[in-house]
Amino acid sequence: MNYIWYFLIVISIIFGAINGTLNDVANAIFSGTQLSVKIVLTLIGIMTFWLGIMKIAEKSGIVEFIAKLLTPIAKLIFPDVPKNSSVIGDIAMNFSANALGLANAATPIGIKAMEGLQEINEDKESASDSMCILLAMNTAGFQLIPATVIAILASNGFENPTSVIVPTLIVTATAFISAILIAKLLGKIFPPIIKKEDNNVS
Amino acid sequence: MYLREIIDLLSLWALPAVILIILTTAILRKVPIYESFIEGAKDGIKVSINIIPYLVAIIVAISMLRASGAIDSLSHFLAPLLSKIHMPADVLPLAFVRSLSGSAAIGIFSDIVSNNDINSYTSKLSAIMLGSSETTFYVLTVYFGAVGIKKYRYAILTGISADLIGIIMSVIVANWFFT
Repeated sequence: MNYIWYFLIVISIIFGAINGTLNDVANAIFSGTQLSVKIVLTLIGIMTFWLGIMKIAEKSGIVEFIAKLLTPIAKLIFPDVPKNSSVIGDIAMNFSANALGLANAATPIGIKAMEGLQEINEDKESASDSMCILLAMNTAGFQLIPATVIAILASNGFENPTSVIVPTLIVTATAFISAILIAKLLGKIFPPIIKKEDNNVS
Repeated sequence: MYLREIIDLLSLWALPAVILIILTTAILRKVPIYESFIEGAKDGIKVSINIIPYLVAIIVAISMLRASGAIDSLSHFLAPLLSKIHMPADVLPLAFVRSLSGSAAIGIFSDIVSNNDINSYTSKLSAIMLGSSETTFYVLTVYFGAVGIKKYRYAILTGISADLIGIIMSVIVANWFFT
């Protein structure tokens, strides 16, 4: 992340100088901070609402029910999560919300699942394999119906907006499955760095 | 159009149905739903506030990048190469931006469909490319930021690889369906 962040900023400044947009680049710092706060303000409301709803789902046994239903698949994808853990239920509900296109619900539920994974994570500053896989599932953007795209196409007079559903589904499904496989593979290549106690000090 | 109506109905009902199912199940099982809601909702502010530093870091960097015109310059430079694989130059900014900013991607997409024939290959390809995208860097920042993860390990590499597969697949599938 350190290099990516540096790269993004340095590239911006270099291209700002070449394109004569340095003033815009400088202004973007302030508009960027404003945008971040605006996003978080919106998020506070959504997070509060969905964490409330999720607590109800948890207490009524819905999360546990979904967790039990999906445990066989979850064991394959998230081997280090304990059996029947409510985290599996949260992950499943996060996936369902994404699939249904409920982005506002998916984010709070996904964060709740991430908190559950953080509890069983050994190094609290470094992402565990399961956390990377959950993230991969969310960044791949799997959804059954691209509602926003269909709406924009329809409003611009596209003759058959629903014709993009099947092609889009093929793309998201492929990206989703590859994301999980890539995360699994990279997890093998870059195992977690385990901090070893120094026993040699006498 | 029958399919269109089903989809509209599904989009309309997905959210209310989920809430209805959760609340009804809870009431039938005698769960105190109001108290439970308040109990869970209390964490909302704390988790959201935790995200601010992570979000400011990434959003500022992305805003700077977009303002610099680097994406347009790069698109200009790569356009001749990509026209060979049926990827029109107009779509390229969308391919870059879709992992960085959701609202910007929608803006570029609206721009593409209003500047091109709406039923053209370019419009269809960009529809698929936008519909299959997720703002990888936002998700990464928010999810890890909320729980205080600082070392992302291979998560970024995974996200970028999957996005790249999404872009390539969009072109392949658009070619397959629409040419």
